[in-house]
Amino acid sequence: MPDSLPADSVGIITPQTYHFDAPIDLACGQTLENYDLVVETYGKLNGDASNAVLICHALSGHHHAAGYHSAEDRKPGWWDSCIGPGKPIDTDRFFVVSLNNLGGCHGSTGPSSTNPSTGKPYGPEFPVITVGDWVKSQALLADRLGIDCWAAVVGGSLGGMQALQWSLDYPDRLRHAVTIASTPRLTAQNIAFNEVARQAITSDREFHDGRYYDFGTLPRRGLMLARMVGHITYLSDASMGEKFGRELRDQAYKFGYDAEFQVESYLRYQGERFSESFDANTYLLMTRALDYFDPAYEFGGDLSKALAAATCEYLVVSFSTDWRFTPARSEEMVNAMIAARRKVSYAEVDAPWGHDAFLIPTPRYTDIFNAYMDRVAREVGA
Amino acid sequence: MRPDLEIIQQWVQPGHHVLDLGCGDGTLLDFLQRERGASGFGLEINPDHITTCMGRGVAVIEQNLDTQGLGNFDNGSFDIVLMTQALQAVRRPDKVLDEMLRVGSEGIVTFPNFAHWRLRWGLTLSGRMPESEALPYKWYNTPNIRLCTFKDFEALCRQKGIRIKSRRVVDGQHQNSWLARLWPNLLGEIAIYRITRETEQ
Repeated sequence: MPDSLPADSVGIITPQTYHFDAPIDLACGQTLENYDLVVETYGKLNGDASNAVLICHALSGHHHAAGYHSAEDRKPGWWDSCIGPGKPIDTDRFFVVSLNNLGGCHGSTGPSSTNPSTGKPYGPEFPVITVGDWVKSQALLADRLGIDCWAAVVGGSLGGMQALQWSLDYPDRLRHAVTIASTPRLTAQNIAFNEVARQAITSDREFHDGRYYDFGTLPRRGLMLARMVGHITYLSDASMGEKFGRELRDQAYKFGYDAEFQVESYLRYQGERFSESFDANTYLLMTRALDYFDPAYEFGGDLSKALAAATCEYLVVSFSTDWRFTPARSEEMVNAMIAARRKVSYAEVDAPWGHDAFLIPTPRYTDIFNAYMDRVAREVGA
Repeated sequence: MRPDLEIIQQWVQPGHHVLDLGCGDGTLLDFLQRERGASGFGLEINPDHITTCMGRGVAVIEQNLDTQGLGNFDNGSFDIVLMTQALQAVRRPDKVLDEMLRVGSEGIVTFPNFAHWRLRWGLTLSGRMPESEALPYKWYNTPNIRLCTFKDFEALCRQKGIRIKSRRVVDGQHQNSWLARLWPNLLGEIAIYRITRETEQ
């Protein structure tokens, strides 16, 4: 944390755990008897509970979206650039709810949690969770928090898919869905990258069929490789070029295979750090949730038919250099919304950072986000 | 409200689904939504305009008519497709007209008249490309690359079998003067056309 709290920070935040005793039926056919969700909130819920905004996290995200957990924290939450007083998701006006999704590894019940029926970590026994399951659990959280209708459900990437799913599953419970750098379904290429990541993990000798907890070990190598390949898809060629170019760590080639280029050592460092802090089974689960997401599937592939149930308004934003979920994928979503006569606004923001651009506050992105959320706030009298 | 928009709004009925090509800062759509009970979208490419639309609750899509066309809109999905002061700035106005009347049952088009007497006079006297209030650019930086006259436009409509339901001709201040009505191609500065492919009832 900086020496003093920035004026536009939500400050020091303490996450809270909500325990749910009622069983939740999942898309895979299994039931979770009980579970915990770890949640952070920023700002105040107004009298008629109309100013609540739900933040949905992406693949490796969690509940800690804004502010700091302690004065010792080096970095704020993952979306601190967009959440705080005077920021697009203005905590002076909105009550912001951010949770770690079911199946996560940051405190909510997931594969690394203790299975009450065995007393051991769930591991591979933890059910595969879908985007729809997440939305369902988020709706139960909303009930608990006394929120009938979100002013907006907001998310980037996998988070944007949850926002879209919300609008289909609980049309009366949100006024706006904001989906940023997202897609209505993964392409074969997207699934292929996920499969490489999963293979890296499951083929790690330390994976032990997902029971590495019982062996006191972690599939570090596999998770590191998974993160490395994932990380490449989050950046653009140009932004990697800008950051690393062909720069060497030392002056000359060493004619060996150790990390000689800066980009190699960066990827290894990121991968290693991630492999110590993220659960491999959660990574498998999150990538599968991505693969399965396809709300048009049960409507013969026609997303506009799926959208017939929706009533909320949409903001869709894409980034010019995002090759993971390209602007064309966002436009596919927008076109289906147009065909379904849903109210939608769309912008393609010119930004060099690839998929990661949704986390980086470029002026145009911030302007759009500000303008839209300001209107949402005015609409609910916040 | 700009007088041309004042005229246009009278043709929009409650419940109409409207597409506004080059919707600018969304003034017209905002008005149509609030005052006329219409719904719809605006297409725009100017980032500041797009932001303004979003802030005022006008559904705006970032889409370039020249490069992307209207292929993402279904046949007959709008009651009215509007294009105010943008026909002269697209690469193929003829194709845009076709597309307007494919996705909408009626089109409303406004554009500056290149045969207005002041422009004719300017060209005759100075031998330089004319400039006016409606066309305040130099020949080399103007976005208006497809200037035409009322007669040109009407000839194109005839050739395409497009029916002109009505035409209002106004001067630079968008006033509907009797002189401009009398001799439009010479005295009218801006025309507002209502067009359709439907046959007369």
